[in-house]
Amino acid sequence: MTSTEPAVDIRDLQITFDTDGGAVTAVRGVDLVVAPGEVLAIVGESGSGKTVTARSILGLLPETAKVSGAVVLQGENVVTVSRQRLRELRGTAGAMIFQEPSTALNPVFTVGWQLAEGLRSHGEYSRKQAMSHAVEMLRRVGIPEPELRVNDYPHQFSGGQKQRIVIAMALALDASVLIADEPTTALDVTVQAEILDLLRRCRDEFGTAIVLITHNMGVVADLADRVAVMYQGEIVETAPVQQLFSAPHHEYTKKLLAAVPRVELVERPLPDSGEGARDAVVSARGLEIEYPGRLGRKAFLAVRGIDFDIAPGEVLGLVGESGSGKTTIGRAIAGLTPVTGGSLRVLGAEMRGMRERSFRPHRKDLGFVFQDPATSFNPLLTIADCVAEPLVVHGIAASPREARERVDELLDAVQLPNAFGDRFPHELSGGQRQRASLARALALDPKLLIADEPTSALDVSVQARVLELFEELQERFGFASLFITHDLAVVDRVAHRVVVLHHGDVVEAGPTPQVLGSPRDPYTQRLLASLPVPDPAEQAVRREALASLRD
Amino acid sequence: MVQKRTLRSRLGRLPVVHQLRQSVGLQRGMLIAGLVITGVFLFTAAFAPLIAPYGFAQLRGEDGLFGAQQPPSAEHWFGTTVGGYDVLSRVIWGAQTAFLVIVIAVLLSIFAGILLGLISGYIGGWIDRVLVVIADAVFAFPTLLLAIVAAIVISGGQSNLWGGVMAAAISITVVFIPQYFRVIRAETVRVKSEAFVESARVIGAKTPRIMFRHVFRNSTRTLPLIFTLNSSEAILTLAGLGFLGFGIQPTSAAEWGYDLNKAIADVTSGIWWTSVFPGLAIVLVVLGVTLIGESLNDLADPRLRTRRRAATTPADAVAATQPIAREELGEVV
Repeated sequence: MTSTEPAVDIRDLQITFDTDGGAVTAVRGVDLVVAPGEVLAIVGESGSGKTVTARSILGLLPETAKVSGAVVLQGENVVTVSRQRLRELRGTAGAMIFQEPSTALNPVFTVGWQLAEGLRSHGEYSRKQAMSHAVEMLRRVGIPEPELRVNDYPHQFSGGQKQRIVIAMALALDASVLIADEPTTALDVTVQAEILDLLRRCRDEFGTAIVLITHNMGVVADLADRVAVMYQGEIVETAPVQQLFSAPHHEYTKKLLAAVPRVELVERPLPDSGEGARDAVVSARGLEIEYPGRLGRKAFLAVRGIDFDIAPGEVLGLVGESGSGKTTIGRAIAGLTPVTGGSLRVLGAEMRGMRERSFRPHRKDLGFVFQDPATSFNPLLTIADCVAEPLVVHGIAASPREARERVDELLDAVQLPNAFGDRFPHELSGGQRQRASLARALALDPKLLIADEPTSALDVSVQARVLELFEELQERFGFASLFITHDLAVVDRVAHRVVVLHHGDVVEAGPTPQVLGSPRDPYTQRLLASLPVPDPAEQAVRREALASLRD
Repeated sequence: MVQKRTLRSRLGRLPVVHQLRQSVGLQRGMLIAGLVITGVFLFTAAFAPLIAPYGFAQLRGEDGLFGAQQPPSAEHWFGTTVGGYDVLSRVIWGAQTAFLVIVIAVLLSIFAGILLGLISGYIGGWIDRVLVVIADAVFAFPTLLLAIVAAIVISGGQSNLWGGVMAAAISITVVFIPQYFRVIRAETVRVKSEAFVESARVIGAKTPRIMFRHVFRNSTRTLPLIFTLNSSEAILTLAGLGFLGFGIQPTSAAEWGYDLNKAIADVTSGIWWTSVFPGLAIVLVVLGVTLIGESLNDLADPRLRTRRRAATTPADAVAATQPIAREELGEVV
């Protein structure tokens, strides 16, 4: 095979889906070429058709899809090829890496069996050969002690290791193209950096072409050679990665890049509260939160005796990876998870041994914004009814209809047209719903707002809008806030002070510019270095720095 | 004009009408067949006194006695039974009895089942455990056996119309409450952990408000489905009771199961009409109601629902070139 022949050649691809609302065209006339050994990133917002385009390379589309155009993979048109041949092509010619590694592996079989299964179904290996090849693949993707671990089940591996195994499965048959659909979205930043390293090695050592689908511009800058920007089913711009970041052509690309949050270290003076002696809104001393274990198992200590305070009008950023206990703390403050040790005072009430009845009067001073805007609204009530709910519950308005005036004010405050109040939650986009969620949290003019990863389910451009709004509202209403997030760049935008959590312990706390600018704790340093920045040149430098940190 | 449109859209949101609009192809055929059969059944039940040529307990016409086991003729389209009743009339009147039993049984069990399910699922703890154990215990009994016991306890051998109907309905209720209970409880447990319920808790809403405003309506989506499936089971249980001799006496009301029971001896002597028509009535009604239930089930699940193929009419072509949602654009700006 000559090296000039492209690994994947997509010509005038058009994909239409049958839905309840009639035909929906997800991809309109896309042309793409992926050269061997090249990493092509497809970026775009949710619904832009990037995943559908990539999946069409392996013919992995639902039955309701109608495809026209040509997708040439190893000289064969995937669109017209027979089912039998398509099955043979999957794995040998192209392979897929999924977003969520824990669902891509079958929990009832060992990883070795699953690796061998892929090899044997293509009929070139005996059972023994397949097993030894499986061990070899695990070694290559960096699983320690592969001879022993090959007989382990998926749940015995960490998230990052599971993603490595998925990559091993994809590489096992020497596929010439890897399709990586948001391969690091479900992983923590430090693990993400490792997986990106592994993917880079795949390209360098195996000469594999990679089609990388992502919405994270930092990941793009880190890994991609060339970038295709998709918007509403069309490719609006294709450019080498350097050029795209330094001189974007299309209007949409510019907006997308501008919306990416960066760590900029802005000094954010605490709003002057007049008399400095006012009591803290939240004050934790030796706070411990324990989840009861299952029968015969030990209880799990999610938060291990931490201290922190939130002053009135202050935004405290709580940062940490998954499992660090950050969400647990947020829930404990809202009284959703019981406090088991130490002391946690919220709005002057002790939460340890709290009784719902006695805490209820304090609830009107407390707002909560949930992570997933899709599930945080009752799907059967209109937005106006949902926003009016706190007013009705606390007896300020007798019915949602009476509260409508106040609801309209709130919708104005979060920049939603009043007419949106009559819509149902599913009729709003994710960003709009999250803004409505802010409106609901602010309905009673609370002293404290807990925001649990409010932007992590949103696209970057939408995230930028919501953060902007949050800043603006915070300035206007002056509420104190606990802002929980895993994204350091987001914390930099909104928080006055930062607390970094690791395995339920505070590793570092202080004013935002100080913690993010000159971190003292090695964990914070690693966290910061792992965060990919949307600039290829700078990212290359950071990568080196991270490598030296790890050693 | 505007009113007309809102009426239409309101109609479109009604459970069955909505699904009918949504359906295509075979699924639509099944749903329509089910609706037609059930419609005929309901019509017959409502207008039995007008449709039936004779009364259900009528033994003699203008020309004296009908005579027993008469073959189908111009006077008696479906013939007469061993007891000398007109088969057609009894099949028609039987629809009324069946309808009454379904309505009473389902009404009784649906309210108790939903309330218990909500409480058990939302509050949990020991109430939940006790209720689940009781429901499981009821499940362990064969349905018909339980129904027989209930029929004996309730009517004590009495067999007038209301006694018989109530006995059948209540015995069916006993069996069905655990079914509604379990379905609603499972849904409640699922809905309970959703963010919008937690959000209501953070706001400070009291438990009854959360249960009825937020959980209740979100956990009853599958009810139309269980409703139809249980209706068909109610008919079968009623017919089973009648067939075993725990039903309603022929002088109180017409009942298909009873007629079948009396027709057993006829079958061997070649008299087919006394058993075929009541039997057919049972089969058709169960089929009709089950078809509706199954289609609703398939239509409620997006993965099972078939959709119209993407057509290539000009209108569709225009729709295809227009972006689906411009809202994202608004977000970017």
